[in-house]
Amino acid sequence: MYKLLLCQRYLRSRYIALASIISVTLGVATMIVVNAVMAGFSSEMRTRIQGILSDIIIETRNYDGEADAEMHKQMVHRLIGPYVAGVTSTVEVYGMLSFPYGGQFIHHPVTLIGIDPASKSEVGPLIDYLQSYHRQDNGGEITEAERSRDHRPDWTLTPAAMEYRLRIAELAREKAQFLQEVKQQGHGDDAGLGGADGSPAAGGAEVAAGVDANDPFGGMQRQAVEPAAAEPQLGELQTGRLYIGSNLISFPHKDETTGQVRTIYMVRPGDDVKISTVSAGTPSPKYFDATVVDVFKSGMSEYDSNLVFCNLEHLQQIRQMIRTNPDGTESRAITSVQIKLKDYRDSDKVLDILRSEFPPDRYTVRTWEQKQGPLLAAVDVESSILNILLFLIITVAGFGILAIFFMIVVEKTRDIGILKALGASSSGVMSIFLSYGLSLGMVGSGVGVIAGLLFVRYINQIEKVITWLTGRKVFDEKIYYFKEIPTHIDPFTICWVALGAMAIAVLASVLPARRAARLQPVRALRYE
Amino acid sequence: MPTVISKYTAPAPQSAPARETIAMSAPHIAAITVEKAYRKGDHQVPVLHGVDVSVRKGEFLSIVGTSGSGKSTLLHLLGLLDGPDVGEVQLDGQRIDDLPARTRDELRNRVFGFVFQFYHLLPELSLIENVLSPLMIRHSIWGYWKRRREYHERAREMIDRVGLGHRLTHKPSELSGGEMQRAAIARSLVAHPEILLADEPTGNLDARTGREIIELLSKLNEQQQLTIIMVTHDPSIAAEAHRTVKLCEGRIVPFSDAA
Repeated sequence: MYKLLLCQRYLRSRYIALASIISVTLGVATMIVVNAVMAGFSSEMRTRIQGILSDIIIETRNYDGEADAEMHKQMVHRLIGPYVAGVTSTVEVYGMLSFPYGGQFIHHPVTLIGIDPASKSEVGPLIDYLQSYHRQDNGGEITEAERSRDHRPDWTLTPAAMEYRLRIAELAREKAQFLQEVKQQGHGDDAGLGGADGSPAAGGAEVAAGVDANDPFGGMQRQAVEPAAAEPQLGELQTGRLYIGSNLISFPHKDETTGQVRTIYMVRPGDDVKISTVSAGTPSPKYFDATVVDVFKSGMSEYDSNLVFCNLEHLQQIRQMIRTNPDGTESRAITSVQIKLKDYRDSDKVLDILRSEFPPDRYTVRTWEQKQGPLLAAVDVESSILNILLFLIITVAGFGILAIFFMIVVEKTRDIGILKALGASSSGVMSIFLSYGLSLGMVGSGVGVIAGLLFVRYINQIEKVITWLTGRKVFDEKIYYFKEIPTHIDPFTICWVALGAMAIAVLASVLPARRAARLQPVRALRYE
Repeated sequence: MPTVISKYTAPAPQSAPARETIAMSAPHIAAITVEKAYRKGDHQVPVLHGVDVSVRKGEFLSIVGTSGSGKSTLLHLLGLLDGPDVGEVQLDGQRIDDLPARTRDELRNRVFGFVFQFYHLLPELSLIENVLSPLMIRHSIWGYWKRRREYHERAREMIDRVGLGHRLTHKPSELSGGEMQRAAIARSLVAHPEILLADEPTGNLDARTGREIIELLSKLNEQQQLTIIMVTHDPSIAAEAHRTVKLCEGRIVPFSDAA
C-alpha cells in the first residue's frame, strides 16, 4: 500500500521527472505519425499495384506470346475454376508514343498493353482509373463524370469527346479547303501557305494528302489494317483505340497569380496519336494511328508515366500475332493471363497448381507481390530501418530517465532509510522506483499516443500551417502524386510502440531502483 | 513465520511495574559482547569494543556518552538497523541479528518503534499518512484496504494522544519541530511495538519542548509497560529513565548521576 501511495505522490510532485518523459512522449508520437504515413503510402501503393496487375499473373517468357488466348483461359478454368473470380488476357510489349504539340512532335517510350476492357475490369478496378468515370477538379476547374459506373468500359468515345473530335475534324477540313482555294487562286507562293521549303507544289500536295510537313512519319508507309476504304467519314475513329497514362500527355502548371496548380493536357480524348512497336516473329517496326478514348490515372507515377492500353485485337493484328488454323479458325497469341481470385489467401495453393501445368521454360507464374517483390521489399526495409532509428531515439530518452532517477534516488536517500527503518523490505523499496518508472512510461506513452493520433488525424491541416509558416510546400502533390497525405493507423503498431516505450522507461529505472534497494538504513538515515 | 515472531502480540496497557520487578525479570532485549567497526575509505574505524547491555521488559533505559562514543551505533544494533561484526543481539533470549533479511524487516515493523533526532517524516505524506506508514508497510494493498477503518481509528487515537488532533492533513513542512517529533512518536507507536528506540529525541528541540517530549515518553512507559531505550547526550534528560548506561570510546564505563 505504501508503494502505491508514494509512487502516486512522486508522480504528482516531481516535475523534473515529467520533463524527462517529454522525450519519450515525442518519440512515441513521432513513431506513430511516421508509421501511419508510411503505412498509408504503402497501402495506397499496394492497392494500386494490385489493381493494375491483379492477384495472379501468368506471363510468357517470349514477347511473341503463346497461342492461344482462348485455350489459356479454358486451361485456367479447368485447373483452378473454383478459386477464380475473373480472368483476362493481355499482350504486353514495348513501344513508342508520338503526338504533335506546340508545333513539334513529342516522342515517349511506353509499355503498350493490349486488353479487353470488359474482362480487364473484372480482374481489377479499371473503372477507378479511367477519368471519364470520375469528377475532375483541375485547379478549381470542375468537370463532372461523363460515364456512370454501370457503363462497362469499352473503346467508344464519350459524347463530349466525340463532339470535340468532330469540331477539330471540321476545322481541319475547313483549313484544307481554304488552302486549296488559295492555291487555286494563284496565291500559293505566299509565305506560310506552302510547304516547309516554301514550294507551293510541295505544300499543296502535302496539305492535300492531309500530311503535316513536320510529321516525322510523313514519308513512311502506314500499317494497313484493312483494305483502303472510301473517303473516311468526318471524325471517324481510328481502328486503334487507347487508354493513355495521364503523365504521358500532361504536365502540371502553377498559376502564378492564383497559386493553383493545374494540369495542362497536350492530348485529350478524341485526339489521334501514333504508336510504334515491333512485330512478332522476325522483329520489324510497326506503327499505327490510334484514337485516345480515355485518360488513365492510377496514382502510381510508375504506371501513369509508362502505360498505354490498346484494344487487344488490333495490337495482335499489328504485331502479326494471329494465325489461321487448318480448320479455318483463328489462333490469337497472348503474353499474359491475369487472374483475380475469390480469396487471395488461396494464392499459394493456386500457384502450386498452375506452376505444375504451365511449364517454367515458357511461363512465369507469380502473385502480384512476387512480381513487384523488389519494390515492396524496399518499402518494407525502409519502414523497418525508420522504426529502428526512432526506437533508438526513445532509448536515448531512456538514458535521460536513468539519470534523473539516479538523482531522485540520491535525493530520497534519507526517506529510503526511514522506510527501511519502519520495516520496508529491499524489494519493496525497489518496486517503488520500478513502479514510478512504469507510471512515467505510461504517462509518456499515453500522451504520446494521443498526440500522435491527433497529429495523424489533422495532418493535412498541420501541413498547410507549416507551409504557410515556412513559405515552402511541405507536401507537394506534384512530387508525391496524392492530393492529401495518405495515412493508415494500425492498432497493433500503436500497441507495440506504447508498450515498447513503457518497457524502456521501466528498464531505465532498474539501476536506480537497485541502488535504492541496496542502501544501508543507517547510512541512508545519516545522508545529508 | 519464524517462531520468534509468533511469540509476540500487542501488549495490553498495564500499570507501571515497580523498579524492583524490572530488575528481577529476564532481559527483553540484550546486546552480548557486540563489536562494530565502520569502513571509511581504506580504513576500518572501530566504534564498539565488546559492549554488553541488557534491558528488561518495561524498563526505560537511557544510554549516554559524548559524540563519537558509539551510543547511536549500539541503538542501531539493538534495533536491527545494522548488524554487529562480533557478538549477538537477543530478543527474549533468542538471537535475532542473524535472521534472514525479510524476518529482520518484519521485526523492525512489528516489535520495534523508532524515534530519531531529526524526526524523519516522509515529506510527501500528510501527518496521518506518516503515522499510518508502518501499517501500510505491513500489509498489501488489499490487506490494508480491509483494515483501513480500524487503522485509521488507531492512528487518530495516537495522534490525539500526542496532542496533534488538529493537524491530521498537514504535511511535515507545515509542522513545528516539536509537532514533528510528536508525530514521529505517534508513528512509532501505531503498530503497537514492544520496544521503543529513541535516538536523541530532544536533540533538535528547545528545552521546554524537549521536556514535553520526555514526559510523554515517561508516561508511555508507565502506562503501557513499553520498553524504551533512549540515546541522549543530556544527563538531565537521561535522569528521567529508570537506568542509565554510559559509553566512552565504544566501551561501557561506570556512570554516576553526579558526573
